[in-house]
Amino acid sequence: MNGGEQTIIFHNKPRIVAGYGIVGPKEGEGPLADYFDEIAKDDLFDQKSYEKAECKMHLLAIERAIERAGVNESDMCALLSGDLLNQIISSSFSARELDIPFLGLYNACSTFGEALILGSIMIDGGSMQRVACSTSSHFSTAERQYRYPLELGTQMTPTAQWTVTGSGCSVLCREGEGPFVAAATVGKVVDYDITDANNMGAAMAPAAAYTIATHLKETDRKADYYDAIVTGDLGIFGSEMLHQLLLSEGIDIAHVHMDCGKMIFDEKQKVHMGGSGAGCSSSVFNTYFLQKLHSGELRKILFVPTGALLSKVSSLQGESIPGIAHAVAIEVE
Amino acid sequence: MIDNKAYVELVKKTTPKSKELKTLPIAFAVGGLICCIGQAFRLVYQTYLPIGKMTAASLTSITMIFIGSLLTGLGIYDKIGKVAGAGSIVPITGFANSVVSPAMEFNREGVVLGVMSKMFVVAGPVIVSGVVASIIIALGYYIAGLF
Amino acid sequence: MDIFLEFLQAFAVGGLICLVGQLLINYTKMTSSRILVIFLLLGAALEGIGVFDAIESFAGCGVTIPIVGFGATLVRGAVRSMHETGLLGVLTGGIVAGAAGLAAAILFGFMMAIIFKSRTKS
Repeated sequence: MNGGEQTIIFHNKPRIVAGYGIVGPKEGEGPLADYFDEIAKDDLFDQKSYEKAECKMHLLAIERAIERAGVNESDMCALLSGDLLNQIISSSFSARELDIPFLGLYNACSTFGEALILGSIMIDGGSMQRVACSTSSHFSTAERQYRYPLELGTQMTPTAQWTVTGSGCSVLCREGEGPFVAAATVGKVVDYDITDANNMGAAMAPAAAYTIATHLKETDRKADYYDAIVTGDLGIFGSEMLHQLLLSEGIDIAHVHMDCGKMIFDEKQKVHMGGSGAGCSSSVFNTYFLQKLHSGELRKILFVPTGALLSKVSSLQGESIPGIAHAVAIEVE
Repeated sequence: MIDNKAYVELVKKTTPKSKELKTLPIAFAVGGLICCIGQAFRLVYQTYLPIGKMTAASLTSITMIFIGSLLTGLGIYDKIGKVAGAGSIVPITGFANSVVSPAMEFNREGVVLGVMSKMFVVAGPVIVSGVVASIIIALGYYIAGLF
Repeated sequence: MDIFLEFLQAFAVGGLICLVGQLLINYTKMTSSRILVIFLLLGAALEGIGVFDAIESFAGCGVTIPIVGFGATLVRGAVRSMHETGLLGVLTGGIVAGAAGLAAAILFGFMMAIIFKSRTKS
């Protein structure tokens, strides 16, 4: 990667040796129920508050992923985590319970992509042997932070998305079995002047389009190179916008495109445009996609978590919503 | 790639709106119904209690606020609101909902700094604008009365 | 028959006010706070120009139960106590008139927040 380029090719093949994904009860009623490693019966996780519940869920995902990788906590070189709460408390409070050096990250809902890229760089460069990458989100903590009290009788606008209660963790190793991270494209912040905080899909689609187009150009690949191009949480409308944006560049991804936010809920669940949140892409990637990669049904995927970098304050001050998306190419031999 | 301006236009043009017309009759019906419930209470209070018209009206408001608060506490009001929209926001029960819901939301942060201090995060503007408007209008009458 | 008509008028006017509110939600993406404020100010203005009473005698609770009624109550109180105690009345009249509703909301809100906890939407 030189200045001006955004894509990194990993020559030492950092392996995703294990992954684990937990979701809440509503997500567990969706179409991906059979793939999730764990579905909580109650989204309070036996805790006293939803913030504590999110921490518990996040911690569980990290611990189980490490356990599944067959290594000890003390063997881990770093934990790269993020979430949506102020000061990323669910990540840092999870790390409080763990004996692992911690690097907290924030890229909104694309944080999981950021974590995978940084983890892969550390392993590929030889400075670390094993790192864990995780993110989480919780409907009830996000709702109170970004929107309204839970009991307030408001209506969701038609373009709104439902924050996924879920957490996912991947364990990356220098040695071992599993799909490997082949390349990654670090996204730039793209702002297309969308101001409606209830239309996040539309706000993030341009960022996803730029990252995907840049990735394909810099690797000299066609969209068909991948069995699936998987965006994080663009939702139904955002996905449509992504297709249109890329078509204007002469790239047609409609036939290989999947979106975690679209996949995780059923239309009947009345979540309008689909799921969103930092835990949306990580819980779906670590369950559905890792399983499909292991079974060989998918051999090459471009995983593109998307994020909307807004806050309640920036929205109130009339700022538009900057988007970000990172692309991670994951392959099996 | 499509530029900012063209994109904003595209989003405006293609944003899904389909369900918007459906919400209007529901808002009308639920809003009307809540008013009728109030009307029924007022009728009962006026007929069976030895009180004046003004007191009966106050008592009706208090009753409706109680109903709105209780339904919020029981977790029912937000479900009504999801369907009824403005039909359950605009009546005084909706005002009660906007006071009770943040108070409940923040009870995990304690009674003083949670419940008490967050109670008016949604409804605060209503009180402030109402009191300010009442003072401005009354002051207008006062000044007009001086001449 | 009179009572039936009374309820019908309350239903129609109350429903209509909410319908306008829903139009605001649908076409301006306004949230609860703003909608409540707009209708409250509408009530205050109607009372200010002296037409609220006429609407109330037609619609009854159809106009007093929506938040417009609260706005009118505040203004009516302020104007009335201005006549009684002058400038001091201008300041205190609104809150005094709205005290019943306000105190009820505070008390019930406090009670409910102590008894119940908020739950995830489904």
